[in-house]
Amino acid sequence: MIIARIIGTVVATQKDERLAGKKLLIAKPINLDGTDQSGYVVSVDTVGAGFRERVLIVAGSSARLAEGNKDCPVDSAIVGVIDSFEVDSQS
Amino acid sequence: MLFTIHDSQKMQLARVIGTVVSTVKNESLEGRKFLIVQTLNADLEPKGKPQVALDAVGAGVGELVFWCRGKEASFPFKRDSTPTDCTIIGIVDSDLHVFNGKRKAENGKL
Repeated sequence: MIIARIIGTVVATQKDERLAGKKLLIAKPINLDGTDQSGYVVSVDTVGAGFRERVLIVAGSSARLAEGNKDCPVDSAIVGVIDSFEVDSQS
Repeated sequence: MLFTIHDSQKMQLARVIGTVVSTVKNESLEGRKFLIVQTLNADLEPKGKPQVALDAVGAGVGELVFWCRGKEASFPFKRDSTPTDCTIIGIVDSDLHVFNGKRKAENGKL
């Protein structure tokens, strides 16, 4: 799983019928110090995440296991909104 | 035939370096613990970017663990299908329990 920040939305009218009603968001992976990584992912939202929020993203076939994504053509899903994270400086 | 295993297919070692708190999450992740892990190479030096892993064994910060990625990461939670692509599946007893050629030479006894 990766930590990412929501930076935008995608509007798609013509899409696979199993994706109907799903929200597509653009997320940018971030480092633990909050700086951006390169690239971005388009993810299906399963939790109701909002703009600029930090989220947890699951990639690959596991994304289909998320509640609401059963049998959907999905390889990236937002499965959690991050309240906070803590990194031990000694490790 | 020569069969090579790529890094991405291996179970790998990592150090738990932090925790993630998430209240709003997918229903199928309720009650699960998220940990931040720094992946390591065979010499236990940091390699690659830290990742967020789901905990299946009760690991804690500072511990050496092994983890698996991909769809298999959801197998420890079988039956309740859990959306995870990175799961901690074991705790290594201590750093000394990781043997490789180099370490053997350093510690004659081991």
